[in-house]
Amino acid sequence: MTDQKMHFDYLLRLGDNSLILGQRLAEWCGHAPMLEEDLALTNIGLDLLGQARMLLAYAGEVEGKGRDEDRLAFHRDTMAWRNLLLLEQPNGDFAHTMARQLFFDAFQYQQFAGLCSSSDERLAGIAAKSLKEITYHRRHSTDWVIRLGDGTEESHERMQRAVDSLWGYVPEMFDMDAVDDAMVAAGIGVDVAALRGEWDRYIDEVFAEATLSRPEDSWSVRGSREGKHSEHLGYLLAEMQFLPRAYPDAKW
Amino acid sequence: MVSLAAKDDIASILALVKDPEIPVLSVADLGIIRRIETGEDGHLTVVITPTYSGCPATEVIEADIANMLKLHGITDFTIRTEISPAWTTDWITTEGRRKLEEYGIAPPASKGKAALLGHEEVICPQCKSRNTELVSEFGSTACKAQYKCRDCLEPFDYFKCV
Ligand SMILES: [Zn+2]
Repeated sequence: MTDQKMHFDYLLRLGDNSLILGQRLAEWCGHAPMLEEDLALTNIGLDLLGQARMLLAYAGEVEGKGRDEDRLAFHRDTMAWRNLLLLEQPNGDFAHTMARQLFFDAFQYQQFAGLCSSSDERLAGIAAKSLKEITYHRRHSTDWVIRLGDGTEESHERMQRAVDSLWGYVPEMFDMDAVDDAMVAAGIGVDVAALRGEWDRYIDEVFAEATLSRPEDSWSVRGSREGKHSEHLGYLLAEMQFLPRAYPDAKW
Repeated sequence: MVSLAAKDDIASILALVKDPEIPVLSVADLGIIRRIETGEDGHLTVVITPTYSGCPATEVIEADIANMLKLHGITDFTIRTEISPAWTTDWITTEGRRKLEEYGIAPPASKGKAALLGHEEVICPQCKSRNTELVSEFGSTACKAQYKCRDCLEPFDYFKCV
């Protein structure tokens, strides 16, 4: 792989993470358990969409094949997506959405904090802008996991179930492959494997306050970096991409 | 042609452009106009920065600025978006903060003061009480949080500090 291709791939991974999770959160619009949460989830989704636009637009420029942010978002099939498997998992109940969000917010906070000092100035600028928003996201998901975990018997049980069922998607966030290694070597990317310790400390503190037990590391799935996704991504893309694919010349 | 002396005029034209979501504020009050550059050839460049990365108002603002310039007979211009350094609520002008409060939105705490207190002190825009409570960190638009006043019991928007 050329340096240019790896740089493109790296930006694509970051952009896809934000876009797919943003799309999932948008599904809550009109369905959240209360009005404040309806607003919160869609606001967070909008922040993620904004990050995705900046990252995918930049990825398209680096690739140099004339693909813009819309082309990348709406005209790629499942195998070409590079988002983490965790993020395409269905919303489930509110506890599932919050567990997924906490796991990713805590990770993305550290990852973007690192990217702020990337040698790629444009990426560093995007990271600095996004980090301000991610700080709010992480506080929001942290508060909910604590509130539900340390809540009623039922909320505790459902929060624990959510954490258990998503735990196997956690290790993939900290995987490093050839692209990650090259980007770290070039001073562009972040060594995510080195972030695991701090992530664990943060999550363990939240679990302790939430009276939740840390799940056992009994299973894990990975594959998104090679385009191997769960069956859920296809359905998500079918909905997200429908309009621009059915009406390719449609304009706002 | 835009001469250097006309920079002030450009600024006053841009001050006429309102934020689409908080129409009492001009884009200048919000601090999203970063620079006005005039080239030797008279070409005008307006550099703006988005408030929040996903803020849907950003594109509307860009179109509104373009319309306002054209309305004043300026056609040779470019509007460029720069995200770095990232926008901060500290760039909202004193005038902007006053207008926000009059409009019923509590202006953002200044970063320095928030750091000093260890939290953001949010004052009720209706009765000026400091006895207020956070309802949700996310509000009707990306830039606002929801608060309520424990004294006059009014709910209100707070322009959150970033
Ligand atoms: Zn009051």
